[in-house]
Amino acid sequence: MNIDFGTTEKVIGIDLGTTNSLAAFLDLTGPKIIPGADGDKLVPSVVSISPSGEVVVGNAARELLITQPGRTVYSVKRLMGRGLDDIQEELKLFPFHLASGSESVLQLQIGDRTYTPPEISALILRQLKQNAEAYFGEPVSKAVITVPAYFNDAQRQATKDAGRIAGLEVLRLVNEPTAASLAYGLDKRENGTIAVYDLGGGTFDISILKLHDGIFEVLATNGDTHLGGDDIDNLLLRIALEDVQGEWGEDLAGDSEGVQRVRRAVIQAKERLSFVPFTDISLEYRGNKYQREIQRELFDKLIAPIVDRTLGPCRDCIKDAGVTPEQIDEVVMVGGSTRIPLVRTAVENLFRSKPHTELNPDEVVALGAAVQAAILSGDVADKLLLDVTPLSLGIETMGGVVSKLIHRNSTIPASATESFTTGVDGQRNVLIHVVQGERELVKDNRSLARFDLKDIDPMPAGLARIEVRFLIDANGILNVTARDLRTGKEHSIDVKPSYGLTDEQVEKMIQESFEKAEQDFQERQVREARVEADTILAAVEKARRHDAYFELSDDERSAMDRAINELLLVYHSEDHHLILNKNEQLNQVTMKLAENMMNTAVRGALKGTKI
Amino acid sequence: MSANRTCWQCAQSIGASLFCPHCKSLQPPPSGYYTLFGLDRKLNLNTNELQQRFYDLSRQLHPDRFMRKSEAERQYSLDASSILNDAYRALKDPVKRAQYVLSQEGFEIGEQRSKDVPPELLEEVFELNMALEEMRSGDDSARPQLESAQNNFTNTLNEVDRQLEAQFRTYDESSNREVLTRIRGTLNRRKYIQNLLDEVQDQLAVGAQ
Ligand SMILES: [Zn+2]
Repeated sequence: MNIDFGTTEKVIGIDLGTTNSLAAFLDLTGPKIIPGADGDKLVPSVVSISPSGEVVVGNAARELLITQPGRTVYSVKRLMGRGLDDIQEELKLFPFHLASGSESVLQLQIGDRTYTPPEISALILRQLKQNAEAYFGEPVSKAVITVPAYFNDAQRQATKDAGRIAGLEVLRLVNEPTAASLAYGLDKRENGTIAVYDLGGGTFDISILKLHDGIFEVLATNGDTHLGGDDIDNLLLRIALEDVQGEWGEDLAGDSEGVQRVRRAVIQAKERLSFVPFTDISLEYRGNKYQREIQRELFDKLIAPIVDRTLGPCRDCIKDAGVTPEQIDEVVMVGGSTRIPLVRTAVENLFRSKPHTELNPDEVVALGAAVQAAILSGDVADKLLLDVTPLSLGIETMGGVVSKLIHRNSTIPASATESFTTGVDGQRNVLIHVVQGERELVKDNRSLARFDLKDIDPMPAGLARIEVRFLIDANGILNVTARDLRTGKEHSIDVKPSYGLTDEQVEKMIQESFEKAEQDFQERQVREARVEADTILAAVEKARRHDAYFELSDDERSAMDRAINELLLVYHSEDHHLILNKNEQLNQVTMKLAENMMNTAVRGALKGTKI
Repeated sequence: MSANRTCWQCAQSIGASLFCPHCKSLQPPPSGYYTLFGLDRKLNLNTNELQQRFYDLSRQLHPDRFMRKSEAERQYSLDASSILNDAYRALKDPVKRAQYVLSQEGFEIGEQRSKDVPPELLEEVFELNMALEEMRSGDDSARPQLESAQNNFTNTLNEVDRQLEAQFRTYDESSNREVLTRIRGTLNRRKYIQNLLDEVQDQLAVGAQ
């Protein structure tokens, strides 16, 4: 790989996962994960909001999931870009508390405030942004964010909105398996055909790519945005809750703390079963104890239907890519759930080759996102991703039938143009209904948006000629433009997204969060300046008791006292520049003292005496 | 593409190039598929060469390469790479390629025409429809007949493809519109056979479950 760091501003890569999120960046030695304040690379995608509005994200929030289940949200990715009708299954299995008014845009109720899924995701992104800023010691404002390849337009748009709300310019949304292939191709393989099997916390993707001298060309992709490790957790949870009820004679289903404790116990058992043939599901709750041994054999039998659900999309993807399993050189495994031995066996049987598991399945997507970030900032010039759109795009025609304009697995950017006219004399507008999906009828596909071609000059039916261009950009997001063919002028369009936020709503959220982020950044810098001041003051205090202090002249000593006083005066100000300035000043006037102390130490050492 | 184009940025003459030879800025892309690929309009194409050109042009035109460029160039890059991708999809497939050339030459290529049964297939199609009916009503005894139809139609399809290739060569040598009319006929016949084959294969797949 050729890396040439011409730019100064860092662009980070972010894997915004259902269960965990990570940020990464590329340096001269390759892509690196940026650790959080607690030193952990994985930031659990859990957000807790206290009654006073204080936000906790990550490991600390995961703890609060147990004690503050009503104020803590997990797996919010499952709600991104979705409508109330889509998430009925989710509502049965996840403790999402929807607020009233969720019919148009989903709203989660936390205490007396409501939050949309993009706002919750934005809190996770903001945490990652802060981690990166602390790591680099400079502001970070640009990012590449990964999404499941099978995400539709609304889900992508929601992710982009989340980035904007978090104060990040989202340079690109990259499909997770494609990002993984970039990290994989970096150190393993330059040419050939590979499949990426990505089973994450809540989504499943399969992509088949052709690698050709630095070009990563996606041939086909398939998946299920409702399938992942969460499903295994929920299955085990249901069984364990029944078992607990049998033993304790108490149904915990209505007790959110109890449910979360059982959930954690089954997740831990699940994770252990990837490495040992049997383990215990064990928990203690309100003085009761529960312990149940589970064998991997039983576990495999329980989860087999879930694992099987990934195989259909794999077969379709192989077919759409126009290859045979034998032509696929490698299978790369991505996502925490691919640690499960049964998943590995199923993939091995389907592709007839042993899958690659040496890359860390939790990190590979973020690492790939970091490479893509470097491609976009121009630091890496010899790699290029050519991705596809996962779903066909069409418009509603007579009788509720879909007319397909852009077929699934088309390389993006992709476009199609279509001419529209009026059906009745004097008609002033034409409504275009855009859908995404593979089915024949509009009602079986996903409504994406309605575009209203407005202000058409009144004229006899069929005379108006408006050409509409549908363009899916490199993020997989639809852009629509219209031109009046008679005048050649751009035609105005009114967009009504079927799901998700309007531009005005996003703007408002950005405004609110931007002010907050600014404030957070300020506060952090002030805090850091004070920590530095504390360190210096403590050192000076200690030095005062040192022999070397008494070797200073009176002037030197009083200069020191003045500098200390001046620092103490600004210590509580909210301006970090002021504090840093006085820190520096005190450093300067104590330089001689430090030198003297050093010399005394050397003299002492030479004499062999202790000082 | 006219040879007297001028650069939108520096107003110097740029000929037919995608990038200005003087200031290197990306120009509004041509909409013609062959023009963008810099190829003569031939129906027979070397697909390996086409793929190599596609990769080369992708490296030059993809939006990833223009993130730090001006708004205008970013827009041209988006336009250019979407046309490039559409063009590659069409040109790499002989049938879509021929359809593209036909439409550029002003031929109507309606979907409906595929419903007209080619006369030489009338009898076979009639019997096939009966067999399909039987299979649909749950009678599996028509399976061998469908399987042999599947073989027949696959062979016919290969034959049609060879015929198309020959017609492509004739057109490339003569640029004769008459040949295009014949090609359109062959494409319609091909479409019809392909639809039949799809139907047979779907029915066989459903019956097998
Ligand atoms: Zn120029």
